[in-house]
Amino acid sequence: MKPERDPETGWMTTGHEWNGITELNTPVPKPVWFFLIVTALFALGYWLLMPAFPLGSTFTKGLLGADDRAAVTAAVKEATAERAGWTGEVMAKSYAEVERDPRLMAAVRETGRTLFGDNCSVCHGREAKGGRGFPNLTGSSFLWGNSPEAIAETIQVGINSANPKSRVSQMPAFGRDHVLERPDIENVVAYVMSLSGAKASVGNVEAGKTAFTANCAVCHGPDGKGKTDVGAPNLSDQIWIRGGGEEASIYDFVWGGLQGQMPSWEGRLSPLDLKILTLYVVDLGKQRP
Amino acid sequence: MFRFHYWLERKAIGFALAIVLVASIGGAVEIAPLFTIHQTIEDAPDMRVYTPLELAGRNIYVREGCYACHSQMIRTLRDEVERYGPYSLAVESKYDHPMLWGSKRTGPDLARVGGKYSDEWQVQHLNDPRALVPQSVMPSYARLGRNPLRTDDLSNHLRAMRAVGVPYTDDMIANARADAYGQAAPDSPLAEGVGKRYGEATNVRPFDGAPGVLTEMDALVAYLQILGHLTDAAHKTVATGQ
Repeated sequence: MKPERDPETGWMTTGHEWNGITELNTPVPKPVWFFLIVTALFALGYWLLMPAFPLGSTFTKGLLGADDRAAVTAAVKEATAERAGWTGEVMAKSYAEVERDPRLMAAVRETGRTLFGDNCSVCHGREAKGGRGFPNLTGSSFLWGNSPEAIAETIQVGINSANPKSRVSQMPAFGRDHVLERPDIENVVAYVMSLSGAKASVGNVEAGKTAFTANCAVCHGPDGKGKTDVGAPNLSDQIWIRGGGEEASIYDFVWGGLQGQMPSWEGRLSPLDLKILTLYVVDLGKQRP
Repeated sequence: MFRFHYWLERKAIGFALAIVLVASIGGAVEIAPLFTIHQTIEDAPDMRVYTPLELAGRNIYVREGCYACHSQMIRTLRDEVERYGPYSLAVESKYDHPMLWGSKRTGPDLARVGGKYSDEWQVQHLNDPRALVPQSVMPSYARLGRNPLRTDDLSNHLRAMRAVGVPYTDDMIANARADAYGQAAPDSPLAEGVGKRYGEATNVRPFDGAPGVLTEMDALVAYLQILGHLTDAAHKTVATGQ
């Protein structure tokens, strides 16, 4: 049949029918064509300006030469240059010199807080107060010493980390490896608790002291004050990295040993970031009440 | 042009073919030619494949829907490069089937999280995220430490990966189960084979702290600890500006 005008709407029909049903011929509205053409032209322009068409083994680079990788490299470079003023000074000066300079320390505290938040806070806490198994950095008790050089070294190589220069420290499993039997361990626990003024429910302090001198003093020192060159904690203060100084937890540690781990940050953070973090951690220790 | 549909609409098969033709233009022009462009994927001849334990961990990562909140792609933006490290390269996920780049972050990006935190932290954090990060909204995955890892099908997983192009050797496939045990038990005789087959730099540790039993926690932590470390191509080609 031929296209004919539909009496109801005034539109033409398409001129074909399906079992008696005809269809109105409603072409695509003109505004749609308009926007289709405009966007097609925009796309054409964009193809010319930006990287777009694959060409076998390469692609069209675009007239603007846009490159995300080059852009981010330039942006990072620019940001580095912007900070170069104070970061250059931080790198050039010694720890003590930077610490004496309030202007540099203000920048270190601000940047250090961000770096600390990104990298350290998940273990040591946002306020660096530590948690079970993760040392408090705002106190005076640093396992490996609290000089800036010692802290820098710890951050750089880590503790029991994958870094070949890593600091290594391990407390043996005195009970599991049958170095000490149960009564000996109970005595040692009683002695260790007595160092910080606590009292154990079982165990003999005097016998514990003998066993301590024979087995523990080589790392923790004869008086239990710890040794920073082997990362052995001070047992005579109220600070406990793991547990809260309870009898049962101390027993577990003597029985099963301990080997904490801190990752090495050498490859992940730049020398500048490492220095800022060191200064930030040193500063945390000084700010404590 | 304005009358073309008069003709087209009357030919059902012709119309269908025209739709297929138009719809395939995008793929034909924009996607297919990428396979012939060398620059699409960088070279990383030193890249190693996932060990069976890491692959099992990856499957758990997918199963638990970790990708819904964590992306594994550092974009070419200054803040991302400064926070997470070098931006991700295509080659870094060449053994990822499927890739887990993601487009949404509720948690942080994990593309370079391997080695950033200790195994102990990862285990504690998966057990109870808020004990370590008070503001975290991540659910607890403590049950992974109680679930023994299924290892009888690991060879098949490796075989499936090989079918889509991951270069697992027959030796790796045959020893998949033993290597999974060995990687989490450094003092066992099985540990040696892991280094032999996957390189001496492979992490061989009791990931969940308990060397005796192989759990899903072992597998997931092994996987998390290798993220970003299968190749150092990104560190070689990318200047982070520092």
